[in-house]
Amino acid sequence: MTENGDSTPLVVLEGVNKHFGSLHVLRDINLTISRGEVLVVIGPSGGGKSTLCRAINRLETIDGGTILFDGKPLPEEGKALAGLRSEVGMVFQSFNLFAHKTILENVTLGPTKVRGVPKAQAEQRGMELLERVGIGAQASKYPAQLSGGQQQRVAIARALAMDPKMILFDEPTSALDPEMVQEVLDVMIGLARDGMTMMVVTHEMGFARRAANRVVFMAEGQIVEENTPDEFFTNARTDRAKDFLSKILTH
Amino acid sequence: MNDLIKYAPDLLAGFLKNVQISLVCAVLSMILGTLLVAMRVSPTPVLRAVGTGYVNVVRNTPLTLVLAFAALGLSDTLGVSFSQEPSTNSFWLVVLGLSLYTATFVCEALRSGINTVPMGQAEAARAIGLTFFQSLRMIILPQAFRAVIAPLGSVMIAMIKNTTVAIAAGYLAESAFVMKDTFDDTGVSIPIFIGIVIAFMIVTLPIGFFTGWLANRLAVAR
Repeated sequence: MTENGDSTPLVVLEGVNKHFGSLHVLRDINLTISRGEVLVVIGPSGGGKSTLCRAINRLETIDGGTILFDGKPLPEEGKALAGLRSEVGMVFQSFNLFAHKTILENVTLGPTKVRGVPKAQAEQRGMELLERVGIGAQASKYPAQLSGGQQQRVAIARALAMDPKMILFDEPTSALDPEMVQEVLDVMIGLARDGMTMMVVTHEMGFARRAANRVVFMAEGQIVEENTPDEFFTNARTDRAKDFLSKILTH
Repeated sequence: MNDLIKYAPDLLAGFLKNVQISLVCAVLSMILGTLLVAMRVSPTPVLRAVGTGYVNVVRNTPLTLVLAFAALGLSDTLGVSFSQEPSTNSFWLVVLGLSLYTATFVCEALRSGINTVPMGQAEAARAIGLTFFQSLRMIILPQAFRAVIAPLGSVMIAMIKNTTVAIAAGYLAESAFVMKDTFDDTGVSIPIFIGIVIAFMIVTLPIGFFTGWLANRLAVAR
């Protein structure tokens, strides 16, 4: 067991491969994520970004290679896998708040049922987290009563409630109306400043520039380029990345 | 009409047996149906196969044969006995057979409810570290159940009416048998016939209305 703050990487992917039928969605992925790092993954649709993100908490299985989390291979199933997932937060494109539970219950379910935290304590901490993401006043409502941006902020609070070692963001703003994107990004930027380890699949170049330590560009299932945000956006090394950036940054 | 009044106490006593069987079966078939659906959607192939096999065999067997098997197979041949008292024994054999049978319909109603719950709900449950059965119990089934309250009401109504074939398991105290017995004495009496129909409707109609109302009230907003 390693302590937070040491220099060993939190996530190590080595030679990871994955197929969906005849489609080779992940090709020999090698990637490390350090503790406290904010890694942004960008690239064209269908390039394997989401699959890569979901493989890290094993919502997608892989066909070959290894993934180490905190120095240990991902458990394959059962309680050990549930235990791993409780340490890796996940924020989905479509929020996926539990539709039949209140906002506060969404945030307290994991701590009480997975960690065994007493209800009162979980509720107090849940309210703190909801206040932090600006949803405290909505705690007793149901997800469908909230806007998309509010729901996504609750989803972030739900992930934080588990005190995860890292949080995976799978296109967290792609399903939002444009005026709600910023409120979610602001929360994410706050987390990045606080030192949370984050892997963010996104098309938000502004977020990547402001908050990312490193940008990974993926296309056709491969990591085409790894770079600092400044270098990547102003001076990408590969033609594939330049071509992609020319299509999205011109307007 | 006089026949109905004269035999009303016997018929009512019989009908109360229908109600008793229904109440116990409702509880047992809901519990068993929930266990079956958990098996049918579980990640363990053996559990899935057992659940699927059970549902397909029992659901497609005529109820009278299920009940006859409970009485002749389980009780007479295999010696399963709930009581020394024959009528009590056959009461529980009916309850057992009808519950085992109705559970398959409960299972299939719940399974169609599970299909209405978006994939993302299960993924989010797994992502916070809930095990498969925790996410089924806390996230998936509660939403699935709300989606199929009305069809479950129909299953319960069918089950209540099915109590009238209890004689197939040798149970001779419920209202349909009492009616036939009475007809042997008096000849066919239309008022008795209608009286029993009304008695069933008094129980089943409110179930239809109530489950319809409850389905609207508890619907999960998405």
